Amino acid sequence: MSSKTMKFNLKIWRQAGPNASGKLVDYVVEDVIPEMSFLEMLDVLNEQLAAKGQDPVAFDSDCREGICGTCGLVIDGVAHGPLSGTTTCGIRMRHFNAGETITIEPWRASSFPIVKDLVVDRTAFDRIIQSGGYVSFNTGSAPDANAVPVGKEAAHDSMDAATCIGCGACVAACPNASAHLFTAAKVYQFARIPQGQPERDQRVLNMVTTHDKEGFGDCSNHGECEAVCPKRISIKTIAQMRRDYLVASLRS
Amino acid sequence: MSFKIEMGDTVLDSKVPDGPIDEKWTLYKQNAKLVLPANKRKYTIIIVGTGLAGSSAAATLGELGYKVKSFCIHDSARRAHSVAAQGGINAAKNYQNDGDSVWRLFYDTVKGGDFRAREANVHRLSEVSVNIIDQCAAQGVPFAREYGGTLANRSFGGAQVSRTFYARGQTGQQLLYGAYGSFSRQVHEGNVEFYNHREMLDLVVQDGKARGIITRNLVTGEIERHAGHAVLLCTGGYGTVFYLSTNAVNCNVTAAWRCHKRGAFFANPCYTQIHPTCIPQAGDFQSKLTLMSESLRNDGRVWVPKEKGDNRHPNDIPAEERDYYLERRYPAFGNLVPRDIASRAAKKACDDGYGVGPTKLAVYLDFKTAIERLGEDAVRERYGNLFDMYEEITGEDPYKVPMRIYPASHYTMGGLWVDYNLMTTIPGLHALGECNFSDHGANRLGASALMQGLSDGYFVIPYTLGNYLASHQKADELTTETDAFVEAEKSVKEGIEKLMSIGGNQTPNHYHKELGKIVWNHVGMARNEEGLRKAADEIQALRKDFWENLRVTGKEEEFNKNLEFAGRVADFLELGELMAIDAYDRKESCGGHFREEYQTEAGEALRDDEDYCYAAAWEWSGDASKPKLNKEHLTFENVKLAQRSYK
Repeated sequence: MSSKTMKFNLKIWRQAGPNASGKLVDYVVEDVIPEMSFLEMLDVLNEQLAAKGQDPVAFDSDCREGICGTCGLVIDGVAHGPLSGTTTCGIRMRHFNAGETITIEPWRASSFPIVKDLVVDRTAFDRIIQSGGYVSFNTGSAPDANAVPVGKEAAHDSMDAATCIGCGACVAACPNASAHLFTAAKVYQFARIPQGQPERDQRVLNMVTTHDKEGFGDCSNHGECEAVCPKRISIKTIAQMRRDYLVASLRS
Repeated sequence: MSFKIEMGDTVLDSKVPDGPIDEKWTLYKQNAKLVLPANKRKYTIIIVGTGLAGSSAAATLGELGYKVKSFCIHDSARRAHSVAAQGGINAAKNYQNDGDSVWRLFYDTVKGGDFRAREANVHRLSEVSVNIIDQCAAQGVPFAREYGGTLANRSFGGAQVSRTFYARGQTGQQLLYGAYGSFSRQVHEGNVEFYNHREMLDLVVQDGKARGIITRNLVTGEIERHAGHAVLLCTGGYGTVFYLSTNAVNCNVTAAWRCHKRGAFFANPCYTQIHPTCIPQAGDFQSKLTLMSESLRNDGRVWVPKEKGDNRHPNDIPAEERDYYLERRYPAFGNLVPRDIASRAAKKACDDGYGVGPTKLAVYLDFKTAIERLGEDAVRERYGNLFDMYEEITGEDPYKVPMRIYPASHYTMGGLWVDYNLMTTIPGLHALGECNFSDHGANRLGASALMQGLSDGYFVIPYTLGNYLASHQKADELTTETDAFVEAEKSVKEGIEKLMSIGGNQTPNHYHKELGKIVWNHVGMARNEEGLRKAADEIQALRKDFWENLRVTGKEEEFNKNLEFAGRVADFLELGELMAIDAYDRKESCGGHFREEYQTEAGEALRDDEDYCYAAAWEWSGDASKPKLNKEHLTFENVKLAQRSYK
């Protein structure tokens, strides 16, 4: 355990609500130690603000171990901050230099309206899933689990895509605010396994249509999404989604 | 003594069907009353929570044609904390041909729970476990596979067979996304109406039946009324009463506790699971602890130095100077003993002065032998994401240096008392998954939480709810303009008003931390009479302080995390005392409840089946320090009560 404490200057986006205007506000946070997570550093700040009767900075988080997808901050211009393959909650303060200035902003995309300060509304993601991100299978009608073999490689590939936590970093990082990586991850998960085949065409058509309707931009191969994805989901999933979309469009 | 236990006079009827244990569920289904398909859409079912239990129940009831209203505190149903479960899900498939069966899973679960669970519920759980795997595989859940395409299995604590199905170290995530997919399909089809960012703050009981809920919109602060013909509570456990736990920071007991205060009995609150393999606490700033999956104990070996206070680097301590204490004390199960036993053994090693690391509150979990045997790649394939997580948090590479681990609050076996139908003592109010008490007794086995959540939601409630509605609840017209709704809404608004107006100088977080320390120190891995009395006293004092010196910043009508937390901490301050009282009342040791006064010479838990073979179902009396005790006596007709041995 380190006893060294650090101090940081923070520039944090404050915005009272979706329609209010926002701005970066300066704060100083002291007594930070290197083992703290980034969110625990913000907890310290919020306790200090609350003690002074000031309104704490609103940010959202839940599991604080990188799996629920709730947290998400743009730290010095990078979604989820300086470490690759990590969510905001996984960043430790040892990755920053004492005394430096850190800018903290919410995900910025018109399809993710700001709720308050650093919290955004990502329900558009839910609507994309609702339009087809599943295998339609009523409870009770399943055959024995081993009746449909799935090759080890296919299961592995499918799992790589299924690991998407729906945090929205891909959208925040994309210059077009595209949610192609999010959508493609789900399309790919099912495209690789037999259970996903019966609805394969309809799934990709519906999900892409919903994606566009929600106002997310198109993909122009910048690859920024892949770079910030905390689960390192590959943009090969987007290539697969495009192929599937083309084939499905021709067939329909 | 500052608290008083009164005896309640309710006769608890578990409603377990007659017949041999392996036919009860079949007979129940044969005899259950049914709701005509055309009538199902006339029923509105309120489901609170969207974890494995809540989303599987919402999906399944939606598929059946019920009108479902689903509520969660998060922005999306996919965030519920089931998502964080790592290791796996048990099922009695016997795909490995290694001697598993429904009976064996049943027996292991009853024994693992130290003979404090209800036999019939556990047998039903074991029976439907096989259907769960079928269902999830059909949904496209990417379970681990063998080269031939069949499902892979691994072993978990408390079992001598390989019956655990998994998706890397993210099984909960994948099962939840499977259920969330089915749930989303029902939202799309209009059978499920989804309300995100809603916190249930009260239950509406009309004419003795659960008929609705009061929620707060966490974004706008609006207080809302929702009516239904039945309410299903799927809101998880109360492990964050310890403040530091492996649960998510928003996990809370509020919905269950408010139901308790409306008349639902709360059973066995002292049965809490302290998970043996978590990353040790690094400092006072810490907001949560991170679990390292139990599956690691398949290949990791737990040890401490044989010499007290040995400060050498672990890699410099030769094998003969290490004490692999689990292998030494429990040769039959070795590192795979159940969680309660592994946790207590780690505590004992540290209490006796053998702890390692900077705080000396840690033991080693070492993969050296496994890496030598299997190669680093094979170990990476099995546990890669867990090793990465460990390194991310501690800055140490577990491929090279043994992990340091220590027990932490993880799961709660206690919860709302339910009968065989999963119905609480309030007609119409059902509790599913971790928020009920029924299946795990005094200790849950690894990979059984996911099994229970999905069992309740996919395969149990569709039958028992139909039976309730068809026998006891007409599909009458819904209204929120009743006296009960007016009263419940008023009480919620007054509660919020009260929290906002104290105007003291301490944050909700301060009280939560203080409460956590009391509960951890006195109602944690080891309890004794003096400590439990002290805990109750200290919690009472803290509760008083809370209501005098709390300060909630911000306004009611906005996104206000401090207000959310203040309400939850207020409830934890009452629950915490009930945990202490329950632990005080139970003068025996069993599973996760270890009373120091009651142990064998070898330091194992000593049950008292003569006097304590019951579920303690606590009734709210209006005063948190004077709860009423009602007992459901547990009868074991199929399993012989024995001292649990893993030696």
